[in-house]
Amino acid sequence: MNQNNKSPQVAKDDKGDRKNKNGRPGGRRPRNGAEAIIDFIKSSKIDLVFGYPGGAVIPLYDALYDSGVRHILTRHEQGAIHAADGYARASGKVGVVLATSGPGATNLVTGLATAYMDSVPILAITGQVALSSLGSDSFQEADIYGISIPVTKYNYLIKKPQTLPSILNEAYYLASSGRPGPVLVDVPKDIQVAEVTAAPQRVDIPGYDPRPKPDVRAIDSFVEHLDNAKRPILYLGGGATIANVTEEIKFLAESQDMAVVVTLQAKGIFPDDHQLCLGLPGMHGAKYANLAINESDLIVGLGVRFDDRVVGNVQRFAPYAKIAHFDIDPAEIGKRLSPDTAVVGDLKEALELVCAKVKKKLRGEWRERINSLRISHGLVFPDGHGEIKPQRAIGLLSEACGPDTVLVTDVGQHQMWAAQNYRSLKPRKFLSSGGMGTMGFGLPASIGAQFALPEGQIVLITGDGSFQMCLQELATVMQYNLPIKIMLINNGCLGMVRQWQQFFFNRRYSQTIFNFNPDFVALAKVYGLGAEAIDKASEVSNAIERMLSYDGPYLLEVKILEEENVMPLIPAGMGQTDFFELEEEGR
Amino acid sequence: MKKILSILVRNRPGVLSHVAGLVTRRGYNVESIAAGPTQDREVTRITLVTSGDARMLEQVTKQVNKLIDVINVEDLEHREAMTGELALITVSAEGVRRAELLNLVTLLGLTLVDIREDSLTVMVSGSDMSVDMAVSGLAPFGIRAMARTGLVALARPVGSILVQDKEDPWC
Repeated sequence: MNQNNKSPQVAKDDKGDRKNKNGRPGGRRPRNGAEAIIDFIKSSKIDLVFGYPGGAVIPLYDALYDSGVRHILTRHEQGAIHAADGYARASGKVGVVLATSGPGATNLVTGLATAYMDSVPILAITGQVALSSLGSDSFQEADIYGISIPVTKYNYLIKKPQTLPSILNEAYYLASSGRPGPVLVDVPKDIQVAEVTAAPQRVDIPGYDPRPKPDVRAIDSFVEHLDNAKRPILYLGGGATIANVTEEIKFLAESQDMAVVVTLQAKGIFPDDHQLCLGLPGMHGAKYANLAINESDLIVGLGVRFDDRVVGNVQRFAPYAKIAHFDIDPAEIGKRLSPDTAVVGDLKEALELVCAKVKKKLRGEWRERINSLRISHGLVFPDGHGEIKPQRAIGLLSEACGPDTVLVTDVGQHQMWAAQNYRSLKPRKFLSSGGMGTMGFGLPASIGAQFALPEGQIVLITGDGSFQMCLQELATVMQYNLPIKIMLINNGCLGMVRQWQQFFFNRRYSQTIFNFNPDFVALAKVYGLGAEAIDKASEVSNAIERMLSYDGPYLLEVKILEEENVMPLIPAGMGQTDFFELEEEGR
Repeated sequence: MKKILSILVRNRPGVLSHVAGLVTRRGYNVESIAAGPTQDREVTRITLVTSGDARMLEQVTKQVNKLIDVINVEDLEHREAMTGELALITVSAEGVRRAELLNLVTLLGLTLVDIREDSLTVMVSGSDMSVDMAVSGLAPFGIRAMARTGLVALARPVGSILVQDKEDPWC
């Protein structure tokens, strides 16, 4: 991608920019590994990096000191990598994170796994103990190379100083090309101080094809399937967000009268308020979305994984439908279910070919059916008796936010309420840890999103469980004066698990009720945020107004009842229409 | 169902852990894995023998192919592959059965690599079947130790097989 235009610049830097910058002894000594990393960051046009220093990266941080590279200091390495992730999701660019060896590196693991599951481009650079002590269980030594194999797209342990520039280039290229993902480069401390004069070589990875050409015959076969279909559905995944195919999807849906279901990672790619949009499919999707899938005769997966949270029981998924699957990753085809037609390749290229071949086809009957399903099986929740209904609170937040607001969520009930009730109209404006479901992702990811969009409005919906997993990052929010708005839905428990215990484990609430929670308003104020708490439905609108108009970061604690549930619910592994019904109190 | 994958990889540090780790991590079965250099010093060939149902085997191939270091994966299941394996086997060779054992060693064409008072070590090479045969033939004598390389395999080169003359004594 952009590796080609780098080499000359780096070479130039190497000659011209090596003056004694900070009185370091040795004046015109050759560039070292740490400086090579900084040169790489500058020449790759990476605006900023997130990180946390430590013993094994002191040379790197020394090179960073007066380099002009912008570094965001978090309060935990996990915060740093989730922030890099949020930055990448909001901007589409590579998020870069630095951490030290040992615990610094292992603290990245959850973030790497989170990014890997949702195909987020991240470059993680970790320090390592010196090569001479590698493998001897020295202080703060951890085999992050070995540890990170299963949670990265690729990873490196640098063993020869002169390979560093080429490897950084290759790592960046791998992270951002093809199906994106996190890439880790582990740099021993002695490599950071060794002389590194080599210029990066051109990236050449035989056998790696980041942009496979869509097969024209496969496209034709798909167009034929589509032409024969009476009740087609587009099923959008994260790949659609990455490929940036908003226009193509709109054209396809409208010209073909296709209903559209939108997974967490695709939210906003097709506007939630469009009359063909059926929102979230699967476990917590609206009934109409799942009923439509059940009646469909053609499901067209675009950049999706046919994930178990969407599909449920593979044998009973869309029983009357042919399946078409578009993905850039050939290994996704047939992983969970075997499609009738598959197109491997860049989604944009593939959809452009499809759009050029399809003839406008109105499916009035299907459109009517969808509309009637929407009316008969909509998202419903009771009004309550004055207490705050989280669904309604999120709906009100949604109305108060504009189309450019970036909504970030944490993980749990609030995440599903947000997916159901928050209307996203543009891509990359709804950021959520989908595949990994990482609690604690929200706050640092909001920080990253704010750095990606310095003028943008970032709103985080979190829960009392998730929020406490990374709340140390409030300090980062304050240090950089980020006007992030936090709506904390507090039910005093780990609601999603509690809900499952209620339904499927006879209300045996094993370790899901917090008998203690801090005073979140006081806590936020200690950090310096504006804050208030509400617990009455009548207060919600005004409180949201106050939060959004506050000059600076703000926490709005929304207290809700403990036994609020996310409905509808299809229990894990069940068929598309096996809706779980609450018998007694019907909440 | 068994499958032989012949995998060409970039000769990078850690490449074997990437391949082996992937196969175990995703719950596939490994019967054997053997790696060694090729004529190109940048490239290593890994022969992976795996088993499972057709769907799983298709996934193994795709997931292996997806690894960044993998240049090419050949699925040798459906072709006539050339295969070979080598094993070292130490067998008890005590008292009266020693002569019988030596007889078998000659019969099977095994190579003697070590002789002790109470044991013999032989080397066998050939197809995996000939190694299996040697192992089962030696088993009654008591195998004390064994090392097998695991299968290596190559696709048969494309091109016509040499046709022998009619006068050829072998015909």
